[in-house]
Amino acid sequence: MNRVEIYRGWCKQCGICIAFCPHQVLEADDSGYPVVRNPEKCTGCLLCEMRCPDFAIVVNKDEESREETGSPAGK
Amino acid sequence: MREAEHLVHKYLRSSKRFPHIWCSGCGIGIFMQALVRVIDQSEYSKDDIVLISGIGCSGRLPVYVDFNTLHTTHGRALTFATGIKLANPRLKVITVMGDGDAVAIGGNHFIHAARRNVEIASFILNNNVYGMTGGQSSPTTPHGAITASAPYGNIEPDFDICRLAEAAGAVLVARSTVYHTRLLERLIGMALKKKGFSVLEVVSQCTTYTGRFLQLNSPVEMLKWQKDNAITVEKAKQLSDTELEGKIVIGVLVNRERPNYHEQYQSLLGKKSKV
Ligand SMILES: Cc1ncc(C[n+]2csc(CCOP(=O)(O)OP(=O)(O)O)c2C)c(N)n1
Ligand code: SF4
Ligand code: SF4
Ligand code: SF4
Repeated sequence: MNRVEIYRGWCKQCGICIAFCPHQVLEADDSGYPVVRNPEKCTGCLLCEMRCPDFAIVVNKDEESREETGSPAGK
Repeated sequence: MREAEHLVHKYLRSSKRFPHIWCSGCGIGIFMQALVRVIDQSEYSKDDIVLISGIGCSGRLPVYVDFNTLHTTHGRALTFATGIKLANPRLKVITVMGDGDAVAIGGNHFIHAARRNVEIASFILNNNVYGMTGGQSSPTTPHGAITASAPYGNIEPDFDICRLAEAAGAVLVARSTVYHTRLLERLIGMALKKKGFSVLEVVSQCTTYTGRFLQLNSPVEMLKWQKDNAITVEKAKQLSDTELEGKIVIGVLVNRERPNYHEQYQSLLGKKSKV
């Protein structure tokens, strides 16, 4: 499974990653920080990582699912 | 399992404090990440790149990344860039400017760098406002918008940066928003490859000022605004000027060839040495 990590220390709770994830993987906690709610739905599209203005979210793509889709990260 | 490391972290200056200074949701960080990703995929090493900015929130970008960088005076990024390119043509020279930096105080340098066709990849982060100084009108603030310096509405018409660049002679002119990250990366890549003066207007959000003035109350709303109002160059061709009002035309607007300043300078030196 793809692993989405959030560096809380750098996150400014802008909500961009949560709002534009195509598969509703992320949710805001009570303080507005993103938390991974539905990890199994993550396709590893990287959009959350690319749109984070604070470099505070990173998607660690699962090697197996990468082979399945046959496409490299970010494509 | 491999530990996740953000690609951008490899390029950040470890001496700088993070999180960076930009406000929550500001578009500058999204552009910075895109630029770094493209450079990471390119043939350039860190030492091949010179990243130059003027003053403004966007002007702080080179402070954070570990390339050769210059943080110059307001509006003058292109003058330093021109000098560096002529002195050492081997370097990949890049400027990052705000809309005020590029087309207000730096407007004169902008048109002449385009006219001369100096090989510089110039990225203009257009947030339609002077962000750093508190939200005053810039030359790209829309007519009628409320700003800190136009509390009753801006009475000036706005510049279209891309048309200005085209008229002045830029050989590559393109526009993206920060929402359209994949297009943004593709256009950054094209600008870096172009052997002449290229201009990429990056429509970006100033979440602190423009957001408030446009009554878009969150970074998410501002990105939605970019998403909903963007239209591709191809689609735009089928629409009239009135239909295009308020739309953000994205894609490659101009791509043409013309001898660049440096090539002409070299051939001049060749001629002189024969005399
Ligand atoms: C010669 C000079 N004039 C004015 C200023 C004040 N000043 C600093 S930043 C700025 C405008 C910034 O707006 P922009 O270039 O659009 O960048 P942003 O902050 O929005 O990224 C101004 C007027 C200055 N630093 N130097
Ligand atoms: S990688 Fe794509 S699917 Fe996965 S959390 Fe990020 S935006 Fe959502
Ligand atoms: S986009 Fe980045 S800064 Fe914004 S909420 Fe997500 S992780 Fe935090
Ligand atoms: S004032 Fe505007 S442009 Fe400057 S960092 Fe804040 S959001 Fe970004």
